[in-house]
Amino acid sequence: MRRKLLSVMLAATMVVGLTGCGSGSKDSGSSTTSKGDSSAEGKVVNIYTWNEEFIDRYKAYAQDLEKKHGVKVQFVTVANENNAYQDNLDNALKEQASASDDEKVDVFLMEADYASKYTKSDYTLDVVNDIGLTEDDLKDQYQYTKDVVTVDGKLKAVTWQATPGMFVYRRSAAKKILGTDDPKKVQKQLSDWDKFDAVAQKAKEKGYAMLSGYDDSYRVFSSHVSAPWVGGDDGKTIIIDDNIWKWVEQTKNYTDKGYNNKTTLWSDDWSADQGPGAKVFGYFYSTWGIDFTLKNNAKGGEKFPDKVGSGDFGDFATCYGPSGFYWGGTWIAAANGTDNIPFIKDLMLRLTCDADTMKKISKDTLDFTNNQPAMEAYAKSDYKSDFLGGQNNFELYAEIAPTIDMSNISDYDQGLNEAFQNAFHDYFEGKVDKDTALQNFYKAAKEKYPSLHEPEKD
Amino acid sequence: MSKTTTKHKKVSYAKWGYIFLIPFFLVYAVFSFIPMITTFYYSFFERYLDGLEEIGPTFVGFDNYITLFQNPDLLKYAANTVIMWVLGFLPQIIISLLFAAWFTNNRLKLKSGFFKIVIYMPNLIMASAFSMLFFALFANAGPINNILLKLGIIKESYHFLNTTAGTRGIVALMNFLMWFGNTTILLMSGMMGIDPALFEAAEVDGATPFQVFSRITMPLLKPIFVYVLVTSLIGGLQMFDVPQILTNGKGTPNRTSMTLIMYLNNHLFSENYGMAGAISVLLFIVTSLLSLFVFKSLMAQRK
Repeated sequence: MRRKLLSVMLAATMVVGLTGCGSGSKDSGSSTTSKGDSSAEGKVVNIYTWNEEFIDRYKAYAQDLEKKHGVKVQFVTVANENNAYQDNLDNALKEQASASDDEKVDVFLMEADYASKYTKSDYTLDVVNDIGLTEDDLKDQYQYTKDVVTVDGKLKAVTWQATPGMFVYRRSAAKKILGTDDPKKVQKQLSDWDKFDAVAQKAKEKGYAMLSGYDDSYRVFSSHVSAPWVGGDDGKTIIIDDNIWKWVEQTKNYTDKGYNNKTTLWSDDWSADQGPGAKVFGYFYSTWGIDFTLKNNAKGGEKFPDKVGSGDFGDFATCYGPSGFYWGGTWIAAANGTDNIPFIKDLMLRLTCDADTMKKISKDTLDFTNNQPAMEAYAKSDYKSDFLGGQNNFELYAEIAPTIDMSNISDYDQGLNEAFQNAFHDYFEGKVDKDTALQNFYKAAKEKYPSLHEPEKD
Repeated sequence: MSKTTTKHKKVSYAKWGYIFLIPFFLVYAVFSFIPMITTFYYSFFERYLDGLEEIGPTFVGFDNYITLFQNPDLLKYAANTVIMWVLGFLPQIIISLLFAAWFTNNRLKLKSGFFKIVIYMPNLIMASAFSMLFFALFANAGPINNILLKLGIIKESYHFLNTTAGTRGIVALMNFLMWFGNTTILLMSGMMGIDPALFEAAEVDGATPFQVFSRITMPLLKPIFVYVLVTSLIGGLQMFDVPQILTNGKGTPNRTSMTLIMYLNNHLFSENYGMAGAISVLLFIVTSLLSLFVFKSLMAQRK
């Protein structure tokens, strides 16, 4: 009920917002005139998403396509948590055949955590054969961004970003704790987990928490699992990888020793720990997170300008950390049954293949766009990020991106990652023992995915 | 001639009575009765989504119920629900009785209009908004923690929502705040329906206020009191919105604030209509039995 209400409300505000913006440009007139040359094209493009990230990119770099094709884009935004976004999208996709042309899902966005669920299905169109992008258009994209959404040789989605993860630290804290804020020297002291633990101890002595909370290092470990979440003989057994257990062990240790502030991912106190003056040494973040989340938190809010003086803007730097990882990434998929293929083709070309636009996105924001030659050129340039205190962040991004391996993702990652983290929060808080937390995880997992089961006890 | 006219009139009145009842029964049938029957029906099927794939529906007889009863957590969730309801209901009924007795007392002559509005207010706020408010208030870095830290009562922020007592207590407090106004007004209307002559007679006989309350008010209030109890019990067993939003649907910590309906709701992520249906049916039976029991046991003494 709440989900539905929220989605309807959000959809309504989106529609109002968009029509409000568009009314000035009189696009109703242009749509009738352009009807002749693109008669096959529907008038409304429905794009399903879970936050503002894509909407921001679209408005800044691709909104002019609406005029060209005489279409109106409507965003349907539903939050990701508790599978709400997927549930809503699934229902919409199932109605696809019977929905009227203007109600159909045309484009939807997916995260790595559940992309395979859709790429395997017939609900997504083949980017090359159905939409019409050529191999040549796609050649500059990072290979892993294509591998992860390729099923039986068919590329089912494209993305404008690559999402290598790294350790982002506060320069002011590094000076106090390590006596230097130079990324190379800091990296030397953080290059493996033992050293990382030693720095955490030092940070504590200086009154800093090493990490903000329980979930901060989760993705660093989960990026290196040796097998997908679900497997076994029947392909339906939940398997907890050793690397996931390492996260449990480390986080429990950090919590007991007071190396973190006991926050949980996306909570208000987690955001506050990234805010101005917070006593936290650093954060594991991926490219989009630095731009989309950390920057706004560090400034003290979205409303402050992007310059030194807004909160802690400029007091950050990135280093490789103990281990490279990936986190997130947003793929654009075309829904089967769409009547806006020409528009979608242009949209995909513009955001994921057009080097000029992608360079511009990377320059304007800190986003690491999916264009290997352009990004490697940036890495060698004298580009300086003001937010990162003059560091050229692309150097590090370009180093990690080619090493990303997403081959161990499964259809169930979103729900299982979320359930696992939640179940073990009780353990870190000291409310339950490890085994109870594990049983609670299995319970939540089986409620979310009734077809899955825990491994047989031996 | 006159005989037939009267007969005709009678028939026509009755007919209009039924016609006026049609809209209610129609709405009831479409929105309550048919869904209820289909819930019973679906509870005998295996049907859920595995990714985008639909499994079933396959008839499995009582399998869903067997799985449900084999799950030791079912009792735990039932206990959670009852504990949180009782924690909220006890203070609610005591305060409401007290307020209702004061507001209707002829000698105190309190002007109750203003208070009635104020105490009813929390019920006008949506439960979800109210939960969000309390979630923010009791957050680890929220105002309550800040006040306690500033006053020096605690040294480190207290994680209210990570403790069983804290979470259950906040849920109970919210349910109390939301519903005591409603209960007070119901009880007041019951008390005002009692013949004032009885109170006056008691006073003349020299009864103390407590005697008046226990010997006259309470026995005569019983029908309304039972109504309040039964509706609150049903509402309590179906507790969902407050703990759901307060704990983000997780019933943290260690599932100790997971209510039966929250458990049901968990099955809807995968549209597991069979299991969810089985829980609904079970809850329906339990609620009916409990309500019947309360009703019978309290009303029996009247005879």
